[in-house]
Amino acid sequence: MKLGFSRADELFRAECADWLNGQMAGEFRDIKGITKLTASPERRKEWEQQLAAHKWSCIGWPEEWGGRNASLAHQVIFAEEYARAGVPGRVNHIGIELAGPTILAFGTDAQKQRFLPDIAAGKTIFCQGFSEPGAGSDLASVRTKARLEVVSGQEEWIVNGQKIWTSLAHISDWIFVVSRSEEGSKGPKGLTFLMMEIDQPGIEIRGITQINGDAEFNETFFTDARCPADSLIGAPGEGWKIAMGLLAFERGVSTLGQQMGFRNELDEIIAAAKANGAASDPLIRQRIAKAEIGLNLMRYGALRMLSQTDHSKIDGAALTYKIQWASWRRALGELAMDVLGQAGEVADGAEYEWDTLPNLFLYSRADTIYGGTNQIQRNLIAERGLGMPREPRGDV
Amino acid sequence: MEFAFTDEQAMIAETARAFFTENATSERTRKAMAADGIDHALWTAFCQELGLSGIGIPENAGGAGLGLVELAIIAEAAGAQVAALPMLGSLAMAAQAIAAGGSAEQQAEWLPRLLSGEVIAGYVHDAALTADGNALTGADQFVAHGAAAQVFVVTSNTGAWIIPADAAGVTVTACTTMDQTRPYARVALSGAAAAPLADAASAIAAAHRAGFVTVAAEALGGAQAALDRTVGYAKERVQFGRVIGSFQAYKHRLADMMIEIEQARSAVYWAACAVDEGSDEAELAVHSAKSFAADTYFMCAGNMIQLHGGIGFTWEHDAHLYFKRARALQSMLGSGNWHRERIASMILGDAA
Repeated sequence: MKLGFSRADELFRAECADWLNGQMAGEFRDIKGITKLTASPERRKEWEQQLAAHKWSCIGWPEEWGGRNASLAHQVIFAEEYARAGVPGRVNHIGIELAGPTILAFGTDAQKQRFLPDIAAGKTIFCQGFSEPGAGSDLASVRTKARLEVVSGQEEWIVNGQKIWTSLAHISDWIFVVSRSEEGSKGPKGLTFLMMEIDQPGIEIRGITQINGDAEFNETFFTDARCPADSLIGAPGEGWKIAMGLLAFERGVSTLGQQMGFRNELDEIIAAAKANGAASDPLIRQRIAKAEIGLNLMRYGALRMLSQTDHSKIDGAALTYKIQWASWRRALGELAMDVLGQAGEVADGAEYEWDTLPNLFLYSRADTIYGGTNQIQRNLIAERGLGMPREPRGDV
Repeated sequence: MEFAFTDEQAMIAETARAFFTENATSERTRKAMAADGIDHALWTAFCQELGLSGIGIPENAGGAGLGLVELAIIAEAAGAQVAALPMLGSLAMAAQAIAAGGSAEQQAEWLPRLLSGEVIAGYVHDAALTADGNALTGADQFVAHGAAAQVFVVTSNTGAWIIPADAAGVTVTACTTMDQTRPYARVALSGAAAAPLADAASAIAAAHRAGFVTVAAEALGGAQAALDRTVGYAKERVQFGRVIGSFQAYKHRLADMMIEIEQARSAVYWAACAVDEGSDEAELAVHSAKSFAADTYFMCAGNMIQLHGGIGFTWEHDAHLYFKRARALQSMLGSGNWHRERIASMILGDAA
């Protein structure tokens, strides 16, 4: 058991920090410190390409596909320094961390050739089409339909239905879609995983305005939307397996970078408490200490997860991680408002737009819902982690 | 960076787990509870046959080397069985203090006997202790296993001494204690002549760090055992024609226990490792671990009673052993609020 990083790792950390800080002080200083996912999309696409030009866009990928084949420790370090430098979140997070690894794991050589270079280069932005109005927590009850048809001599998939909560679909180029390709199939059977180009007449995107006034999420409508037959990842009917494989990528290295974002939020609360006198309130002091403890336990939980080499057993730290960070961050938002008082409830200008802390308070209500609600997480923990009986399925 | 047990650490964990599971049985613990709160045969076996008692004590001081990570592994295993042993006071605190702050002669005089279990030490702390030369006057109302100790390490906030329990001016009064596996004694010193430890600051710091980590590790082991035993019950007990573990209200409480336990596990080994590596985070980590793990244990032990229903409220069932130990760990060596205030002071400066 060893917590310290090696000297070589620390040198790599310095290299990451130097480059990132240089960018945020130079050509890309206008995007430094942006926390809202929807702000400055064009500049952030340029930033994706800048990362790629210096081989920082997907360091964990194999070298032949534009990565550096970086070790886990280096991926952790880059993610931490990325957030520490105040660089805004990746608009191509889905492409780099989900679509790319899925294609690497399940795609054909032709699909790798077709997609990976452009994802790595920041030229193709991906979004994720899983949830539907009728398939939220019950993700497998997908109703969007896909059928294979011959159109002017070529086989094509024709897709009809609706996705929802497609984050950043309005600035994305491609979407991966889980749809039902076997007539009459139910649940996880008969699903198919397709890559679809968004810019086509059969796909329509409408923003969903959220409680913080922002519109990061969308509804995505498919009306005879098309994609070539070879847009299929895996085989028809394997969509669930591939979607689940993809979700496993989600709790990887990016969690450490996410935590550095949390660190910035907690530091801002600490600064506010010192400035307005809340720091002398014993109850606030207790809550700030709890937040500090919780953040550190998240970091060491993530490091345990990443150090786990025996993947045959279900790792407790991995299974409990989502509800842990989501609950921690929601409590952080509440703490922020208790520190700020009524000043936190008044915006700076005429627009319904919020600074980091009030926005955290509002946005963090989503954290305990998306990616599996806290209630679903507890079911999963009890069933997969503790071997309790599964929830019975209804037939309504 | 490799935040996982080495093969050697995994082996120590397995050895300790097997030893305590086999030997620290409910029956034996209950016999000890009816006497002085120590299973003496178990303590002798642990110290002399298992060969793990010197862990965390440097080899040049007569210990087995290794560090707090390995000590935590052992405390976790003992905590899982609520073993009735003087490990905390005698090894984690007194022996650590002597190893860190005692002279070579003091180490040679006391450590071999503490590590062999021949002598049991208690840890006495009184912030208001007065020392007239090395004649000590003061008291500690809550000395763990104090009535069974033959020697005490006594600390104030700045000084540290060793004194035999039968020395003139030392009065030890056993207390009927809620947690009978670790009964307290009142130790009063009235001008008692004690031997000063050469380096008091190092002795106090070492005893605190090892004490916080050991308490946290014991709490982790207890919390996990409370969950494991409740999970076992949830799969057997049938009501309304189903095992009770199939009810969502029940499942979610079990899940909440696991969520806290996984964090407590990170906390304990973060703290142990940070101390061993001399990390800048060591102070933050030990305060985090002590407060978080003790609270986790209490939450889990409380749930253990609730989720067992009526049987969990009986003397016969072991749930109350966990519940009482958990409560004791919350209070001892500084409450959770005290530890969190230490952290708040690091972040926000001292309270106004």
